[in-house]
Amino acid sequence: MANITETIQTVPLNHYILLSAIIFSIGVIGVLIRRNAIVVFMSVELMLNAVNLLLTAFSVYKGDASGQVFVFFVMALAAAEVAVGLAIIVMIYRNTHSTDINVLSRLKW
Amino acid sequence: MTVLILLFLPLVAALAVLLFKNETAKHAALLFSVIELGLAVFFITKFVPNASTQFAVDYPWIPKLGIYFTAGIDGISMVMVLLNTLLVPIIILASYNHNHKNANAFYALILFMQSAMLVVFTALDGFLFYVSWEAALLPIYFICALWGGENRIKITIKFFIYTFAGSLFMLLGIIYLHLQTPARTYDIQDFYGLTLSLKQQSWVFWAFFLAFAIKMPVFPFHTWQPDTYTEAPTAGTMLLSGIMLKMGVYGAIRWMIPVVPLGFDHWQYVVITLAVIGIVYASLIAFNQKDGKRLIAYSSIAHVGLIAAGVFAWTMSGVQGAMIQMLNHGINVVGMFFIMDIISRRLKTRDLNEMGGIAKVAPQFAIAFLIIVLGTVALPLTNGFIGEFLLLNSMYEYNIWLAASAGLTIILGAVYMLRMYKKVMQGETNALTLLFTDITGTEKLVLGIICVLIVFLGVFPNIVMHLSDASVKELVQSVNDKILRAGKY
Amino acid sequence: MNNYLWLIPLLPLAGFIINGLGRNALPKNLIGAIGSLVILVAFGLSVEAFLQVQSTGHPIEVNIFTWIKVGNFTVPFAFLVDQLSAIMLLIITGVGFLIHLYSIGYMHDDAGFGKFFAYLNLFVFFMLLLVMGSNYVVMFIGWEGVGLCSYLLIGFWFTNADYADAAKKAFVMNRIGDLGFLIAIFLMIHYFDSVSFNEVFAKVPGLHGAKVTHVLTLITMLLFVGATGKSAQIPLFTWLPDAMAGPTPVSALIHAATMVTAGIYMIARSHVMFDLAPFTTNIVAIIGLATAVFAALIALTQTDIKKVLAYSTVSQLGYMFLGLGVGAYTGSFFHVITHAFFKALLFLGAGSVIHAVSGEQDMRKMGGLYKKLPITFWTMLMGTIAISGIPPFSGFFSKDEILAHTYQYSPIMYYIGVITAMFTSFYMFRMLFLTFFGKFRGTHEQEHHLHESPATITIPLIVLAILSVFGGALNIPAILGGHEWLAHWLTPLFGEAKEGGHEGGIPEMGLMAISVGAAVIALVYAYIKYISKADIPVADTEERPLLTALSYHKFYIDELYDTIIRKPLDAISVFFYKVVDKMGIDGLVNGLGSGTVESSKGLRLLQTGNVGFYIFMMVIGIIAVLVYSLKF
Repeated sequence: MANITETIQTVPLNHYILLSAIIFSIGVIGVLIRRNAIVVFMSVELMLNAVNLLLTAFSVYKGDASGQVFVFFVMALAAAEVAVGLAIIVMIYRNTHSTDINVLSRLKW
Repeated sequence: MTVLILLFLPLVAALAVLLFKNETAKHAALLFSVIELGLAVFFITKFVPNASTQFAVDYPWIPKLGIYFTAGIDGISMVMVLLNTLLVPIIILASYNHNHKNANAFYALILFMQSAMLVVFTALDGFLFYVSWEAALLPIYFICALWGGENRIKITIKFFIYTFAGSLFMLLGIIYLHLQTPARTYDIQDFYGLTLSLKQQSWVFWAFFLAFAIKMPVFPFHTWQPDTYTEAPTAGTMLLSGIMLKMGVYGAIRWMIPVVPLGFDHWQYVVITLAVIGIVYASLIAFNQKDGKRLIAYSSIAHVGLIAAGVFAWTMSGVQGAMIQMLNHGINVVGMFFIMDIISRRLKTRDLNEMGGIAKVAPQFAIAFLIIVLGTVALPLTNGFIGEFLLLNSMYEYNIWLAASAGLTIILGAVYMLRMYKKVMQGETNALTLLFTDITGTEKLVLGIICVLIVFLGVFPNIVMHLSDASVKELVQSVNDKILRAGKY
Repeated sequence: MNNYLWLIPLLPLAGFIINGLGRNALPKNLIGAIGSLVILVAFGLSVEAFLQVQSTGHPIEVNIFTWIKVGNFTVPFAFLVDQLSAIMLLIITGVGFLIHLYSIGYMHDDAGFGKFFAYLNLFVFFMLLLVMGSNYVVMFIGWEGVGLCSYLLIGFWFTNADYADAAKKAFVMNRIGDLGFLIAIFLMIHYFDSVSFNEVFAKVPGLHGAKVTHVLTLITMLLFVGATGKSAQIPLFTWLPDAMAGPTPVSALIHAATMVTAGIYMIARSHVMFDLAPFTTNIVAIIGLATAVFAALIALTQTDIKKVLAYSTVSQLGYMFLGLGVGAYTGSFFHVITHAFFKALLFLGAGSVIHAVSGEQDMRKMGGLYKKLPITFWTMLMGTIAISGIPPFSGFFSKDEILAHTYQYSPIMYYIGVITAMFTSFYMFRMLFLTFFGKFRGTHEQEHHLHESPATITIPLIVLAILSVFGGALNIPAILGGHEWLAHWLTPLFGEAKEGGHEGGIPEMGLMAISVGAAVIALVYAYIKYISKADIPVADTEERPLLTALSYHKFYIDELYDTIIRKPLDAISVFFYKVVDKMGIDGLVNGLGSGTVESSKGLRLLQTGNVGFYIFMMVIGIIAVLVYSLKF
């Protein structure tokens, strides 16, 4: 374990933060500008994983395991989300023959 | 002997009436309301006319939040209870000739409302007062919305939202007061014991005033009233004008002025002026109304304006005048609306200009109508006079010019009432009114009771006035003392 | 001895209830008998009360029950019979009884016979309350009550919309005065802490400082406003001529003999306060005199027999107020008494004439009736001489007493008073000549029906004629060898009468000669104009000279009031309703509601349904929060 910790610590914390901020931003932009529901989903996953990365990095630097526990929770949540979310997307595709989220704008006034 | 039986008998009765068939429901409702009246009379005989609170009950309701079910009857409440229990049987009897759909629900709602209003008039806990205040609004909402005239939905929603908005301000005020009490209660005595600054009192005063002014209604918060009175079924109009609006006056006497005496003292001139403006303004508008019900609605604004002005003058004769006038206005206005109901049921119109000469074909009706008109224009030896005399006297004690302006009501009132009487009853009968049949059965009974009450209370007002005399005296005195003491520092 | 006093008003009330309930069930004769008998018994009891006051010299006070009690302030339902009210009682029940008797004959063929007697009894009840009340509030009960009866009786034939309007007008105008009375009562409650006559008058000298005049002037002015309404003085007099819409006995009882003199009674009753308010008495005298002249001017050209009498009543009431204003309380009250006799007589006589000519009231269509209606003619002649102030008939003494005091007060007012007396004499004889002399000018059918009235009508006429002739004996001035009985009788109330006419100027005898001379001149002029020249007033369609036209159209006062009061009020009413209430206040309330609806309509467009847009907004929101938390 100590090995891994040291390995991780060879990279300065700032770099992790920078990287996860970049990945998170890519995810956000993906969610905002892509119209395909599946890609949007993948972008959401990207954001989650950016957070996971950051949590792990902090956990190591602070020597506190609870961050990694959190990561497990996030992963479980992401899995559940994908399961439900993909099911919904499949149903939408069956009904509309499209996964374009802009087509689905009936839920308004 | 506790007050609980008096308060909840109508509620039980309401549930019982639901079990009856539509045809027999009215008889059951009448029976229950008469029993309730008998009960109230029994309480009056047991009542000792001094300033103390009697037949009191005090149960923990949500004690953790400082909420108790506290109720009791002092002189002021006694008169209100009498007003309530006296009018409800008359109102039920007055709607005998209507064949309402779902009559059992209709009468159950009336009884439910009676119960809620009785709690309003006897509650000694702020929270209980607020809850019953809103509970009384629900049945009248349904009565108006389900059995009303053509525009009932729109008008009733306006009425509901308007009054509800007002009472939310009162809720704010009550919660604020609650937070100020040392023991975190809603008890009225704790509220009376609070010593707030003038600024705090002013805010609470306006919060309460909004609720009460909308309920009464005081100018310029009155515009829901003519529409609602016009569209509501007759029984609903009677409940609203006869009893419910007195909740506002009662609230001002019991919950507003004694709780925030300094705030009241500071803003007294504003509210009194509003009330007096309302008197003259509504009287003038009543001049040219074509719709009989609307005319009476505006006249009611004028009369209630005078009651409110008397309360705000806060003298012995003002508050006592308001007490007796609340009862008498209730009787008169119920009589007036019943008269209009009889006319509109027979002629299928309420347009006064289409009528005329009914006195010739229906002499008994004409006599009853005239007596009620006289009571309304406050002729001496009818019930209306005592109240107006005392109220105007209290206005004079406040300011002679306001008294003179408010006094215009006795002139303007005569003008619009006699104008209406002339349009409806005098002159030649026309094709429409020729077929008007004279009153019969329950109509005779209701009008007879009302006419007897009008004359009886005009000759012997003390029978009612002595009930509230001591309580009013103490209340007025204590508030004036507080104001005086505050003035010294 | 005291306990019968409450019966005096109660008897007419009982009559009202019996006749009111049995108006359709009881036979007419019984109704008439009940209605008249209760008044007769009340008259008997009034005599009893009068005698008691006379023998003891003290007023009788009876407390019936406590009517209003608020804190320490009470209004008892209590009666007071003193020298003043004892005489009023006699007039009301005495003249009232005669008029009831008269009504049995006069109203015999009317469908509303029972109703009529019920109302009449109710009126007597309220009138008795008015004069018997021992405080201002009980007086106010009677005061408003008689107004109600006046309303009911003027509108007795309510199917005629004009009559109903006249009734309404009378009630409303009275109410204007009543408001003044009511505020005066409030002032008394404030300053004297009581409304009872005895206590108020006892406390009046206790007021001190500059406030005295101020307060008393205010109270007395307000009381006078009340009196102008009830007693038909300028500016509230226009209801009385219209009140002639009622049946003639009503005009005689209410609008001549009793109710309209209530204002004089009230001021005489309150003279303690008026004595200390010279400003008010001055106004009273001026208004009284102005009314007397003004009404007399209108009466000169009227053609309706009852309208002439109505304006004459207004004019005579003006005289009484003039008397009150100049301090001749006894004289005014004396005139109230004699006026009750001769004006009731004249009205009843006019009723008899109208009865004879089948309901016609226009004097242009009468004439030559003295042969057919001898009793009516002779009695009316007595009345006419009495009102014109020709000795030794009753009107001379009372009018002369007022004029003598007026001369002391202001000679100019005296001369105007004499001119008015001249007018009075002229229009009264004009009425008499037009009605009874010359040729009959009505239709043949009417001529055929001409007949003297039945005994129930003529007996009251004869009794009243006798009273009109000899009523002056009550107070013959010392200078004519009399004992001034009335003045002595009223001394406990008004104090010793002022000695008039001995302080230089024209002596009292001279004043009498002037006024009698003026009346006789007017009589002769009327004789020449209407008998020698047989000058009949022109029909309505023809042109009149300007002044005549003004007088004939009552100086357009009704039209004036209509334009400056009623129409603006109606316009304000419509304006308030349609603009202020509907558009203004309710517009604001509805505006709040529709404003909420409208803004929600706008805001809901943000809900596009586009998920991308939602997320975009969310991100913006989060960034905004982050930036905010970074900055602060």
